[in-house]
Amino acid sequence: MTSGWDVVIIGAGIVGTSCALECAARGLRTAVIDPAGVGSGATAAGMGHIVVMDDSPAQLALTRWSQVLWRDLAAKLPPEAEYEARGTLWVATDEEDLVEVRRKQRGYAAAGVATEVLDSMALAEAEPELQRGLAGALLVPSDGIVYPPCAAEHLLREASRLGAKMLEPQRVIAAKRGCVRLKNGGKLMTRHIVNACGAEATELMPELPIRKRRGHLVITDRYPGFVHHQLVELGYIRSAHSVTTDSVAFNVQPRQTGQLLIGSSREYGAEDATINYPLLQAMVQRAQMYLPAIRNLQAIRVWTGFRAATPDKLPLIGPWPDDDSLILATGHEGLGITTSLATGKLVAAALTGEKPVIVPEPYLPARFAQGLAATEVLHA
Amino acid sequence: MPEMLLPIVLTVNGAAVRVMPGTTVAAAVLLAGSTTRNSVRGEIRGPLCGMGICFECRVTIDGVPHQRSCQVLCTPRMQVATS
Repeated sequence: MTSGWDVVIIGAGIVGTSCALECAARGLRTAVIDPAGVGSGATAAGMGHIVVMDDSPAQLALTRWSQVLWRDLAAKLPPEAEYEARGTLWVATDEEDLVEVRRKQRGYAAAGVATEVLDSMALAEAEPELQRGLAGALLVPSDGIVYPPCAAEHLLREASRLGAKMLEPQRVIAAKRGCVRLKNGGKLMTRHIVNACGAEATELMPELPIRKRRGHLVITDRYPGFVHHQLVELGYIRSAHSVTTDSVAFNVQPRQTGQLLIGSSREYGAEDATINYPLLQAMVQRAQMYLPAIRNLQAIRVWTGFRAATPDKLPLIGPWPDDDSLILATGHEGLGITTSLATGKLVAAALTGEKPVIVPEPYLPARFAQGLAATEVLHA
Repeated sequence: MPEMLLPIVLTVNGAAVRVMPGTTVAAAVLLAGSTTRNSVRGEIRGPLCGMGICFECRVTIDGVPHQRSCQVLCTPRMQVATS
């Protein structure tokens, strides 16, 4: 069976559906295929924190652009996407953290992101449940929260309205040189293939520099008003950067329902979805250090998901040099929800030759095409 | 002669309810003509399994939210709130 597509997108997570919308909006004959339907992988497992991050100038540019795109999209999102501009509080524990708060504020200001420094008292006023005696915080009011699976459904619906086609659920067993082979024996012919498979991108392309990085989340029963912002410890960055060891960081999010999401953990080498109880315990204890009364709340569910981690903490967006038909849209690690919207635009720009709003070079997969082993870089 | 069991009085959403000792809070809530909780989408819920498994009978007891009312016995002056 042969059909002629301009682009077949493999993976209907939030990145794949964003790519579908941008491609369809440019008149490309677009198909999306996923073995499990829309938003079922990391899209359903993540927190849905729309956050500007400044580990590197390239990360700042991508997350800042994405945050603006989310705010533009917010008015069109259905209520079930639960978008809220709650803002992030980067919580500082000591003087050293406060130095980092000010450094962070300068970097954000340079990127056009307004922030506010809260001292110890202002922080206690903003979030009374936080442990007393914390040094302060950096408030990023423009950060947001979204329920990613419903946001992905919305993107797919919009893409379909513009002519994109969601194909019957089916596993892809090979995708190269303009041909997508399906497990049921089917075959799709296309000018371009977009690999938007998240942490599973290596199943089709084992040569990709992507490792699965498992994370745990806890969700509580409904306690409206317990916290008001997304709360993240400044040390999160140190934790997220540790590439060798398992780590946890304080990261708590209030959902529109009054529930709390409690994170976060990072693990390499854990390939199954089971729960690592010692790590879960460390994660919850970390949350209790910052929010002592969290011990009185009732958790109702714990789950894991897989981030697609690259060696340099930047995603892989753009053409894969070994195959003219292949475009990558993966490797977003913990920022896939945030950067999905910009990723769609960068992918569409790569397909049509238009000039994107930000320079695409830092995200191009070509940076890994040679000497994969020599690129273990960390942006501190 | 066996010890006399005296009724106890508690409140459900502020209204006094008189029950015999050994009565579950779920039963007191039903006696008061109330349901227990609302789902995220606002649908009303009530005790389903009666044995602590379904979590549909959760109420706030003396200020502590999300207590399974079928697993708690009424005590004098207990304050129960449903959603």
